[in-house]
Amino acid sequence: MIEFFKQFWQRDTDSSRQIAKERLRLVLVHDRVNVSPNLLEALKEDLLEVISKYMEIEETGFEVNLDKSENSVALIANIPVKRMKRAIDQGQ
Amino acid sequence: MAGRVIVVTSGKGGVGKTTTAANLGAGLALLGRTVCLIDADIGLRNLDVVLGLENRIVYDLTDVVEGSCRLRQALIRDKRTENLFLLPAAQTKEKDAVAPDQMRKLTLELREEFEYILVDCPAGIERGFKNAIAGADEAIIVTTPEIAAVRDADRIIGLLEAAELYNPRLIINRIRPQMVRKGDMMGIDDIIDILAIELLGVVPDDEDIIVSTNRGEPVVLDRRSRAGQAYNNIVRRLEGIDVPFLSLEEESWISRFKRAIMGHS
Repeated sequence: MIEFFKQFWQRDTDSSRQIAKERLRLVLVHDRVNVSPNLLEALKEDLLEVISKYMEIEETGFEVNLDKSENSVALIANIPVKRMKRAIDQGQ
Repeated sequence: MAGRVIVVTSGKGGVGKTTTAANLGAGLALLGRTVCLIDADIGLRNLDVVLGLENRIVYDLTDVVEGSCRLRQALIRDKRTENLFLLPAAQTKEKDAVAPDQMRKLTLELREEFEYILVDCPAGIERGFKNAIAGADEAIIVTTPEIAAVRDADRIIGLLEAAELYNPRLIINRIRPQMVRKGDMMGIDDIIDILAIELLGVVPDDEDIIVSTNRGEPVVLDRRSRAGQAYNNIVRRLEGIDVPFLSLEEESWISRFKRAIMGHS
């Protein structure tokens, strides 16, 4: 019985509608990154601000990149830590 | 009077920009608005043919911009709809015959006389696009439920934003509800999810469009056609009226059943 329903479900996820949606999603991740390097720069600044509450960072070695392969896109950050803080810095 | 300048754009060609511009223009004029349609697709003019006005052109957009004639002389009055005028594109000139500054000046002049100025933008993202959007305060993006068209629409949203034209609205053209239901075409929600912009309207794929284009009569004049109704709804939304969307994506019993059993949407 369950197998019977599963068949329906399977067809739904493999439908060309779903395939199109997924391909489009991925294409746009690539497109949008290429269009706006500013976005990564802004993200870097925000990250720096948040992480600085917890630890001191070597800013010159701080890198944020998108690693693109055929089926996925990953955000890769390389953040050299200078020193850990003892408690959370609540900021101003 | 200060009219609204709205650019109709898409990025990708062949998604129905010109048909959309013609129908929105005719629809607004039917409601009694004064409308000027500008064909900004220099070198590849088409709006005249869609409106059935191809035999009346004497002067064009480039003539006006270059000062070879007065604006009034170049405007063509529509055959059927009162208050609707066309400013045709030049067919023999190059895309760079008009500059963004000249477009801005032209639309400024037209705002004085018309309540709506609709600009039919050329496909692409080069000079012609930049000219067409130069004088606009609003943008309408036309797309179809295909990956290539939606991808280009996404790119256009970014470019409009860079040109400080915010909050464009989307028209999804040529949707085939039955294919969506069968899972063989992206649906309205899929596209809106991905583009994250406001939906202005949905136009079903309708053979009436082909027939009306053959005749040179905007389909919006045909109250019985589904596409005509869809355009009519869009026009009223432009007027600020809250019009519910046509139920093009009514759920089939089988998907409702599936969802109930599997909890899958």
